[in-house]
Amino acid sequence: MKDTRTEARPIITLEAVEKYYGDYHALRGISAEIRQGEFFSLLGPSGCGKTTLLRTIAGFEDLSAGRLFIDGQDMAGVPANRRPTNMVFQSYAIFPHLSVAENVGFGLRRSGLSRAERAAKVEQALAMVGLAGFGGRAAHALSGGQRQRVALARALILEPKVLLLDEPLSALDKKMRDQMQVELRRLQRQVGITFILVTHDQEEALIMSDRIAVMFEGQIAQLDTPQMLYRRPVTRQVGEFIGVMNFLPARATVTDETHIEVDVSGLGRAVIGPDQLPGGWHPGQTQSVGIRPETMSILFPGETTDRRVATGTVEDLAYYGDMTYYEVRLDGGDRPMTISMKNLVGRPVLERGTEARVAWDARSLVLFA
Amino acid sequence: MSDGNRGPGFGRSEAAQGYLLVATPLAYALLLLAAPLGAILLFSFWSQDYLTIDTALTLKNYREALSDPLYRQLLLRSLLISAAVTTATVLAAFPIAYYVSFHVAPERKAMWIFLITIPFWTSYLIRVFLWKVILGYNGVFNTTLLGLGIIDEPLTFILYNANAVVITLAHAYAPFAILPIFVALEKIDRSLHEASQDLGEGYLSTFWRVTLPLAMPGVVAAVLIVFIPTIGDYVTPVLVGGPDGRMIANMIQTQFLRLNNAPMGAALAVLTMAMVTVVALVFVFLNRRYLRGRQ
Repeated sequence: MKDTRTEARPIITLEAVEKYYGDYHALRGISAEIRQGEFFSLLGPSGCGKTTLLRTIAGFEDLSAGRLFIDGQDMAGVPANRRPTNMVFQSYAIFPHLSVAENVGFGLRRSGLSRAERAAKVEQALAMVGLAGFGGRAAHALSGGQRQRVALARALILEPKVLLLDEPLSALDKKMRDQMQVELRRLQRQVGITFILVTHDQEEALIMSDRIAVMFEGQIAQLDTPQMLYRRPVTRQVGEFIGVMNFLPARATVTDETHIEVDVSGLGRAVIGPDQLPGGWHPGQTQSVGIRPETMSILFPGETTDRRVATGTVEDLAYYGDMTYYEVRLDGGDRPMTISMKNLVGRPVLERGTEARVAWDARSLVLFA
Repeated sequence: MSDGNRGPGFGRSEAAQGYLLVATPLAYALLLLAAPLGAILLFSFWSQDYLTIDTALTLKNYREALSDPLYRQLLLRSLLISAAVTTATVLAAFPIAYYVSFHVAPERKAMWIFLITIPFWTSYLIRVFLWKVILGYNGVFNTTLLGLGIIDEPLTFILYNANAVVITLAHAYAPFAILPIFVALEKIDRSLHEASQDLGEGYLSTFWRVTLPLAMPGVVAAVLIVFIPTIGDYVTPVLVGGPDGRMIANMIQTQFLRLNNAPMGAALAVLTMAMVTVVALVFVFLNRRYLRGRQ
């Protein structure tokens, strides 16, 4: 998919941002540009600094070093209440002593609008998040999903340049979460405001985002579109964190200017093009290559293919209904790898111990920086 | 057979156990609370006939208590003094509770609370006497001010009057006010303050719009805890109050012990309790209103 927002201007610019808590180095030289109108996610395991980065943008944390610009303005010394950002908190932070309408209209006190204008705006914001007519309710009488909508309406009513969302879906049950993912995406397109979402759920990030910054230990490991992150993770850690990936021991040698030969344990030799290499790659780096389960397939007895074929044995399998995940140990491989197959009509599920021929492509091999 | 099917036998023994458990506190409550209260109430409708008590029921004591300017003045003064004490205590306690809750590192909070309760290690009487030493004519306060040349002669309005009672009681009840306010502040979700700032409010307006309304249950509790005992206090007025600092409890004591007029004393006590009840109900009602929006 072509990224249509490449030309959009940056709304947030981070320049070598550092954050220390005492001796703890929470953010280590974060530089990134977040574009106007995109749905941007900060993805990483807990403790990777993604929430700290979000809070830094919101103004709840000072920078230890580096610079932060929002819409071209340096945010140094600008407190949270003067920043053109609004936040949806993980706990939603709904004021328990106020009604739904009072919560949503909380930030309008300084807007200079009349009482009637404010009421109309609140009602409009509530309608936008699907809570029309809920204004008079007490905040504590709301369900988790409703609280989240109130938090969204309360933040969006101020028309911020950037909306910050701190794991907003983590407190919801699975069904509600799936629904909110779609709704948040729709809402973001509708209002055209830049959304920055913090999440530890890679699936959620892939579904919702235009671009994702994957963070580990206070650094951005990779900043890319969901498809590029999935197909071309630049490090083994990123590949491991997003989706399922097999790692096979491998050795790479440069054959000529444009081709690299990779010898993969169990699969064999393959020639790949330079477009498959991450920036700054050199042959000595390659100890292993990655390959996604769905890029390989197990051939039927008698089935032919023009793809590369390796042989192995089915050691284990997990049947998911629509899919079956096989653990296949390749001949000459030291460790089984996962191959996922769609359960098509007429294709029987293989049993444990079956000899299997595995078809694969050199193009789906991932080399890491 | 499951536990739920043991039948009524088990239920009876459970009920019996319940009564047994409740019996001791019930006896305690009846003997030490209900019985004396009933006695006081009964006494207040009797009258003193020199050395004997006339047990014919009458409203004479109440009529006298409400018409005699001396009693009315004492009741009013008690109300004003305890209102002043409550106001002073809560106003002083709030910043302290706020500081400990918001600006003390979490691991040090317990120590701060512990330090706040240190005055309780000393008997109340001794603390009152210490205030005499501090506020007296040649006390610490006056000699310091004299020494600094701020005043030419010792201040006299600080001891043996209502001011001294207010100062002493406010100090004595400070921890009782600090603790409930502290607890209420601790319960406030900190992200609410961030949310308020995020929505454009500064430090002060966040306090007025979020912190204070959410701390109100603690403030109301503090008001009740300070107000109810201070209105009936009689030790402090005796020791530091002087003639102008006397409160209704002193009069009740006098009626019972010196004037040998227990029925009059009982009527004054009942009136005081009625006054406390009215004030307490007002605050309980206020608290309900603030609690309305809570889970």
